Amino acid sequence: MVQPICKPNLEKKETVITYLSNYMLDPIKNPNIEDIITKMQDDKTGGVPIRTVKSFLSKIPSVVTGTDIVQWLMKNLSIEDPVEAIHLGSLIAAQGYIFPISDHVLTMKDDGTFYRFQAPYFWPSNCWEPENTDYAIYLCKRTMQNKARLELADYEAENLARLQRAFARKWEFIFMQAEAQVKIDRKKDKTERKILDSQERAFWDVHRPVPGCVNTTEMDIRKCRRLKNPQKVKKSVYGVTEESQAQSPVHVLSQPIRKTTKEDIRKQITFLNAQIDRHCLKMSKVAESLIAYTEQYMEYDPLITPAEPSNPWISDDVALWDIEMSKEPSQQRVKRWGFSFDEILKDQVGRDQFLRFLESEFSSENLRFWLAVQDLKKQPLQDVAKRVEEIWQEFLAPGAPSAINLDSHSYEITSQNVKDGGRYTFEDAQEHIYKLMKSDSYARFLRSNAYQDLLLAKKKVSLGRADLLFLALLTLACCLLLV
Amino acid sequence: MATEGLHENETLASLKSEAESLKGKLEEERAKLRDVELHQVAERVEALGQFVMKTRRTLKGHGNKVLCMDWCKDKRRIVSSSQDGKVIVWDSFTTNKEHAVTMPCTWVMACAYAPSGCAIACGGLDNKCSVYPLTFDKNENMAAKKKSVAMHTNYLSACSFTNSDMQILTASGDGTCALWDVESGQLLQSFHGHGADVLCLDLAPSETGNTFVSGGCDKKAMVWDMRSGQCVQAFETHESDINSVRYYPSGDAFASGSDDATCRLYDLRADREVAIYSKESIIFGASSVDFSLSGRLLFAGYNDYTINVWDVLKGSRVSILFGHENRVSTLRVSPDGTAFCSGSWDHTLRVWA
Repeated sequence: MVQPICKPNLEKKETVITYLSNYMLDPIKNPNIEDIITKMQDDKTGGVPIRTVKSFLSKIPSVVTGTDIVQWLMKNLSIEDPVEAIHLGSLIAAQGYIFPISDHVLTMKDDGTFYRFQAPYFWPSNCWEPENTDYAIYLCKRTMQNKARLELADYEAENLARLQRAFARKWEFIFMQAEAQVKIDRKKDKTERKILDSQERAFWDVHRPVPGCVNTTEMDIRKCRRLKNPQKVKKSVYGVTEESQAQSPVHVLSQPIRKTTKEDIRKQITFLNAQIDRHCLKMSKVAESLIAYTEQYMEYDPLITPAEPSNPWISDDVALWDIEMSKEPSQQRVKRWGFSFDEILKDQVGRDQFLRFLESEFSSENLRFWLAVQDLKKQPLQDVAKRVEEIWQEFLAPGAPSAINLDSHSYEITSQNVKDGGRYTFEDAQEHIYKLMKSDSYARFLRSNAYQDLLLAKKKVSLGRADLLFLALLTLACCLLLV
Repeated sequence: MATEGLHENETLASLKSEAESLKGKLEEERAKLRDVELHQVAERVEALGQFVMKTRRTLKGHGNKVLCMDWCKDKRRIVSSSQDGKVIVWDSFTTNKEHAVTMPCTWVMACAYAPSGCAIACGGLDNKCSVYPLTFDKNENMAAKKKSVAMHTNYLSACSFTNSDMQILTASGDGTCALWDVESGQLLQSFHGHGADVLCLDLAPSETGNTFVSGGCDKKAMVWDMRSGQCVQAFETHESDINSVRYYPSGDAFASGSDDATCRLYDLRADREVAIYSKESIIFGASSVDFSLSGRLLFAGYNDYTINVWDVLKGSRVSILFGHENRVSTLRVSPDGTAFCSGSWDHTLRVWA
């Protein structure tokens, strides 16, 4: 059954509204583009000037210039830079909402080039996935029309040749459909035909783009499933129904969507109660904290404060990375260890320094325990039980060589956990030891000579070769003078 | 249990209304803490100077859309995966390709570099996450040593090693996240709660923390306890799919990028959204976000082929970066923050600084 093309007449507001409301429920559509396009055409609220332009012997109906579009975008979307507006305009064109009347390539220029708005019937949100049969019908009917402006472009002629080979056996059918379309088109008013032909061409420019152009109909496969009609037979642009219409290669949801059960809601209620009981910080405190953190680290942020000696990506010199690899930490790096306990634990060199300090105080078992538990969590499953036992023996068992000091409650919990021997056996103990180190050993380390010396390292004069040579010459000169 | 009789009398409707009233109470409680907006407090912060960032490296070699990338801890190597099934390891500093493997499926949507730098993980439409050890023996076929680790019932959307080569965290179109033991392939913990596909995840940067955040097509961002498998916090303010989540460097907050064309900042201590990064002229979805080292800048890649750079504290856009010729699908800042890398449907990756 051949269905006539729905007349995409913009004056029929109901048609536009019907289509708009149809895909209000479509999760894939881009609501913002369509709002913008609709507003752009609304002359009551300052839309672009769409006019009929006299050209040579004929009239060009319903067009607007690129400049007008760019100006409108800048004014109505608060865009300051015309480059941005042109980019956005090009994207709206590439998506198929607006098109240059004299070019297959869908882009936007900030000049007197003429553009026309696409009919809502052809909007991408209608979930078009036109088959090659439709495209064949379209190209075929184009060859039946003698008008110069409708001549096939090279790539279109190539496409047609390919389709003729692919559809060799049903070409008669395609030819007949094309003839039928030509008949329908001929019945229309001349001006209307100009507009519709261009809109149809622009539709195909989106779905069968010029080679080299971005195909904006390509979809993110993760989002495909939620299209309006993922599995239904695809509709034809020209109302052609066929037995052999292929299924689109859409990845389908294999399990049905579960209905919410009582258990789900009970879980939600438990969750909500927990959230209500949660102690939260006021926004002012949170803002202060975020600002403080960022301000502290801004000098370390290479994309804000240029890195010394240079950013390798900009200078092509890896000196920065070589310095970081060396065992001698820069003053800046040492300063960072003082920002938080986590900072020193994160940095291999910092950890080593801290461990050395603790060893000098004969209190390294805490840090070694903490490191051992971190290591435990990184083990493959099969090695976990063994490591748990080793850690227990080394740090917690009665008579352990590196006994750590846990309060009785924590010790109780831990010894219970050891029986199961899982990855998180020592979580509670680790937390205690972490807090202990943070408030005690870490604080002392920062005050220690070891740390302070490292922090001031740059201020110590280190003699380079040139300095030594100078000193040697000076000494020689003095000696000569004295003689 | 003694309370079971009580439960029988509760209907679905009465439970739902209880949940609704609790939601209302929660909103009330949270509103009390909203004494000021972040950007208002940030007015006193000095504005950032003129921003000049350029493409410093372009990596060409993929034959189709680049879907995902990850940095190696060595600050220069990266792994990237593509729609055509190819996974490539590059030294992005020299732009040389060092390894390449072809997956048996198309749409490899997730890839990750192991902390040791000796392996990579990837997966996609095969519903699995596989680990490939990286060998420098030219004669050895990388695909031969492939190890299948994770098994989901739908596509793999994201994967990440924990701080060890031995565990992998995955997110899937089947609506769940899962933690796996690499050696045995055993499931260590699963995370249920999302009402639709989970599209992204990020591990908390803490040395001691055991949490991660995930974002999904249910518009929710959820924070999980890795030990218990429980959701500890949830945020639902986006109006569409959340494509990307990334922790603020201190671990106290995280940012999200969504199909609703906005990026948002959520603070865990305030338990709410604290900033929205949006503009009238940005109408395409944000696919991927990441913070600069200090957390002052948020880089976001969009489906309109651009990268917008946001001032996290002030909420304003600092810069817009053009260059890619199709959607930006993935974006990560390098481990030392000296650059960030973006991958696009235009088949290329770019390193910016």
